[in-house]
Amino acid sequence: MIELHILLIFMIIGAIIAIEVKDLLSSVIAVSAVGLALSITFLILKAPDVAITQLVVEILILIILIQATLKRDLPFSTTGRWFLNTLIALAFIATFLSISYICFKDLPKFGYPILKVGSAYLREGLMKSGATNLVASVILDYRAFDTLGEATILFTAVIGVLSVVRRIGRKKVEEKIEEET
Amino acid sequence: MSVYLLCAILFSIGLYCILRKRNVIKIIVGIIIAEYAVNLFFILAAYRMEGRAPIYAPDQQVENMVDALPQALVLTAIVIGLATTALLAAIAMRIYEKYGTFDITKIRELRG
Amino acid sequence: MSREHEKGMSLIVKTVTRLTVGLILLYGIYIVSHGHLTPGGGFAGGVIIALSFVHLMLAYGKEMALKRMPRAVASFCEGMGALLFLSIALLGFTGGYFFLNFISKGEPFRLFSAGIIPLCNIAISLKVGAGLFAIFVALTLLKVLSEEE
Repeated sequence: MIELHILLIFMIIGAIIAIEVKDLLSSVIAVSAVGLALSITFLILKAPDVAITQLVVEILILIILIQATLKRDLPFSTTGRWFLNTLIALAFIATFLSISYICFKDLPKFGYPILKVGSAYLREGLMKSGATNLVASVILDYRAFDTLGEATILFTAVIGVLSVVRRIGRKKVEEKIEEET
Repeated sequence: MSVYLLCAILFSIGLYCILRKRNVIKIIVGIIIAEYAVNLFFILAAYRMEGRAPIYAPDQQVENMVDALPQALVLTAIVIGLATTALLAAIAMRIYEKYGTFDITKIRELRG
Repeated sequence: MSREHEKGMSLIVKTVTRLTVGLILLYGIYIVSHGHLTPGGGFAGGVIIALSFVHLMLAYGKEMALKRMPRAVASFCEGMGALLFLSIALLGFTGGYFFLNFISKGEPFRLFSAGIIPLCNIAISLKVGAGLFAIFVALTLLKVLSEEE
C-alpha cells in the first residue's frame, strides 16, 4: 500500500502549510488541497460513496470560507509568553501521540478486520432490503434513526445561521430589515 | 499500523492549530483538519486486503467486500462537519463586523 | 438571461454558466434517483443540487439567482423534505414498527426496487439541498450588507 503512505504524507505536508502560512486565503486553499487528497484516499480504500460526498462537501466548504475571508485579511505579530505556551502544547501533543501508539497495538492488523456486526449486513443486505448499494441500505434501512438525527442537525444548523445573520435594532438600515425578515 | 500513526499525526497537527493560533479563521482550519483525520481513521479501520467496494455489480468476480458499516457512519459525519463549519464561519463573520479584527486576544479587550 | 456587466462576473463566466448549470442540476438528480444502485445517495446528490444554484448566484449576482429560486420556495422545500421523511417513517407503522420497509422489494438492479429507500433519498436530497442554499444566501447577504455601510 505504498500509494496510501504517499497520500498520507502529502496530506500532512499540506496541513503543515495550511497552519503556518500568514495569508488567510492561502491557508484556506491549502486545506482544500488536503480535502482533495483525502477524497482520493477514500477511493483507494474502496469507499466510493464517501469519496463523492467528501469531494462535493469540500467544494462547498471552500466557497463558504472564501466568502468569510475575502477582504478581511489582517496581519499581526506574536506577543506574550510564546515559548512557554508552545512548549506546553507540544508536550501535550507528545503525550497524546505516545498513548495512542500504545493503544494502536490493540487494534487488529491493518487490512484484516474482525467484522462482527458488519458481516451480517454484508451477507443478507441484498436479500432483506433489496438494494444493491449496501451502504445505502445501511443508512436508510438498518440504521434509519441515525439519518433522522442527522436531518435534525442540518435543520438546527440552518436555523442557527439564519439567526446569527439577522440584524435587529439597527437604525441606519431599517428598510433592509423589513426586506429580510 | 504505520498508517494509523500517520492519521494520528494529522489529527495532532489540527489539534496544535486549535490550541496555539490566534486568528479565528486559523482555528476553523484546525477544526477542519482534525475532522478529516477522524473520518480517515474510520475508513482505515474498515479496509480489508483484496476487498472490493460494498456495491453489487451484475458481473462481479471478487467476492469479499470491505466493511460497510463505518462507511455509513462517516457519510453522516461528513455532512455534519459541513453544517458545523458553516455555523462557525457565520459566527466569525459577525465577530469581524462587531470588533473589526479576527484576533482573539483583542476581542477580550474591546468591550461595548 | 440578460447581459448585465455591472454585477456578477465577466462575460466568459456568464456564458459558460448558462451552458453548464442545467447539466449540473441534472447530474444531481441522477445521483439522487440511482442512490440504491450506484454510489451516491441523498446527501451527495442534495449537495450537488445546492451547488448548481450557488454556481448561478456566484456568476450572475444575487438578484438573478433569487429570481430562479426565491427564498420562500427554498424554505418551503426544506420543511417539506423533512416532513416527507418523517411521514415515510411513520407509515412504517402500518406494517409493524417505526421505519419498517413496507413497500415491496422488487428485483435487484432495477430502478423501482428496494422499498422505501428511493423515496427517502428524494426527501433527504430536498432537505439538504434547500438547507445549504439557504445558508449560502444568508452568508452572502451578510457580506453584501456589511460592505455597503
